[in-house]
Amino acid sequence: MGKRSIIPYGPQHPVLPEPIHIDLVIEDERVIEAIPSVGFIHRGLESLVDRRDIHQLTYVIERTCGICSFGHGMGYCETMEDIFGVEVPKRAKFLRTIWFELSRMHSHLLWLGLLADAFGYENLFYQCWRIREKVLDLIEMTTGGRVIFSVNKIGGVLKDISPEHLRLIDSSIDDIKAELEVIKKTFIEDSTVQSRLRGIGIITKEQAHALGCAGPVARASGIRCDMRKRGYEAYQFLDFEPIISDAGDCFARCYCRLMEVFQSIDLIHQAIGMIPDETDISIDVKGNPTGESFIRIEQPRGEAVFYVKASGKPHIDRFRLRTPTFANLPGLCEMLKGAELSDVGLMVVTIDPCISCTER
Amino acid sequence: MAEVICPENILEEIQLGELLPTVMEKKNAGMRLAQACAAFIDGKFELSYSFSDDKTYQLVTLRVVIDPSEEVPSITEIVPQAVFYENEMKELFGVKIQMITTDYKDKFYRIEEVAPFGPKKEDA
Amino acid sequence: MAKIKKSPWLLHYDGSSCNGCDIEVLACLTPIYDAERFGVMNTGDPMQADIFLITGGINTQNAEVVKQLYNQMPRPKVVVAVGVCACTGGVFKDCYNILGGADTVIPVDIYVPGCAARPQSIIDGIVQAVELFQKRSDEHDKEMKNKGREAS
Repeated sequence: MGKRSIIPYGPQHPVLPEPIHIDLVIEDERVIEAIPSVGFIHRGLESLVDRRDIHQLTYVIERTCGICSFGHGMGYCETMEDIFGVEVPKRAKFLRTIWFELSRMHSHLLWLGLLADAFGYENLFYQCWRIREKVLDLIEMTTGGRVIFSVNKIGGVLKDISPEHLRLIDSSIDDIKAELEVIKKTFIEDSTVQSRLRGIGIITKEQAHALGCAGPVARASGIRCDMRKRGYEAYQFLDFEPIISDAGDCFARCYCRLMEVFQSIDLIHQAIGMIPDETDISIDVKGNPTGESFIRIEQPRGEAVFYVKASGKPHIDRFRLRTPTFANLPGLCEMLKGAELSDVGLMVVTIDPCISCTER
Repeated sequence: MAEVICPENILEEIQLGELLPTVMEKKNAGMRLAQACAAFIDGKFELSYSFSDDKTYQLVTLRVVIDPSEEVPSITEIVPQAVFYENEMKELFGVKIQMITTDYKDKFYRIEEVAPFGPKKEDA
Repeated sequence: MAKIKKSPWLLHYDGSSCNGCDIEVLACLTPIYDAERFGVMNTGDPMQADIFLITGGINTQNAEVVKQLYNQMPRPKVVVAVGVCACTGGVFKDCYNILGGADTVIPVDIYVPGCAARPQSIIDGIVQAVELFQKRSDEHDKEMKNKGREAS
């Protein structure tokens, strides 16, 4: 038995864009145990419920995370709509779906870039981010914001997408798809990438279930679980199958996310083809509701659980957001056990950690 | 058009004593702990443990309402991944949870304020 | 020293930001916006950095980290606060765990507003930081020269 030592990893680390601290108990070069400690980004966002009214909260909650911002705003609005007992206009549902899928594309492309950077493929990183900018251009064109869209409101959306812009999105995502095919080839076939990702950080289906992994991490381990199948917003009208891989290693997680970008492109095509030609994009909601609701949506990083409890006061009693990274942390700790020290950075990246979501 | 599976969420109110057996039951039924959270409402803690069935997308929430002084047994022995949720409840709300497998001892988020969501000092 | 003046290195640290500004800072360093054409380079090592780019507000735990990173950087140095959270605390100002903007723990030279700050304004901030860094380096050189004269 070698000598045990503890290596602190983070909070400021070149491979991490965000601060997380992990104490790695290592023996020679092998990790025995990983103890994460969070709190570097803890703001206490949930405590703002007693200082902001229900409509202002939409914009605060959107800023839980800058990458999956649209989903957080949408999830909160859906939860409040459930409590109010209102149904948003059909066109708003489709608009939300289009924006949500665009934000999934930008999030996954961002992650693919970070992964490429983590295994030292700088060129691929730049290519992913170059394609991501095209998605951001579409988002900026339709919402005015690049990472924080602020188009959700309780009862619908604030902006409409004009038919010209819908056509432009429809054709632009095809160009993006053509460019993605090129980087897909590199991710799937390149032998250097393969040797760096295959067989590393394996989580089996049983482990993933027992540890409560969410989103692409669970799907890469063979769990067929995609909250979009719940049929919220316009997903009830769209045809898709969750993307599953059963290897459970870093490569499988990469594959799942890469294929989900293509899936998003397909979903946007479907949504644009079916979007109803209405003028109503939102309904007015007034008053202070009473009730509680749990809503789950599929964020780019996995299942997010929104919980709101309101009791007829101007301020809601409790807002709780369980973000996907929070659910994937136990999976990460399990994955790191037995890993080589040099693979730690890569593994932390493959769960797509979003620390500001986690700590709120 | 795709099939839609969206069963209504279920909320089960249970007593504190029933918590561990019910959690065990849910786990044996193949359900996954989706989230656990606390809320401090009108001088009582409301603990919610949500379990999700990944095949039917059913969400079942167990609700335990307790007094702030009551002690809650940890479910981490049954569901190990609850460790972060319970540490969060303990630190942010001051819920007295006993025997967490990895107890961060209120040093999970390392905030300076004690139990910011929990009962205020003068109430306690 | 003359070369460093033209090419200061950047250190980026995420305070308690929501990621929005972080990914915009990263986007600035990728070829579309390419802040590197102004001579800066991104580094992960505080000891080699000249410009400290901080995003997000300061909370009780990262206050020490930010101070330490700032102290590890060699003089002269310039601090740029990116985004409204790093400037004042932003939407999270009222949260119990937020102390305020980056200037609550370290001196900030350049404030870049925005939520999230746009790449164009971040680049503007970086360009101003490079200018300020050159000015400070000149002053630093002069001071060092005077010290040398006094010693001899």
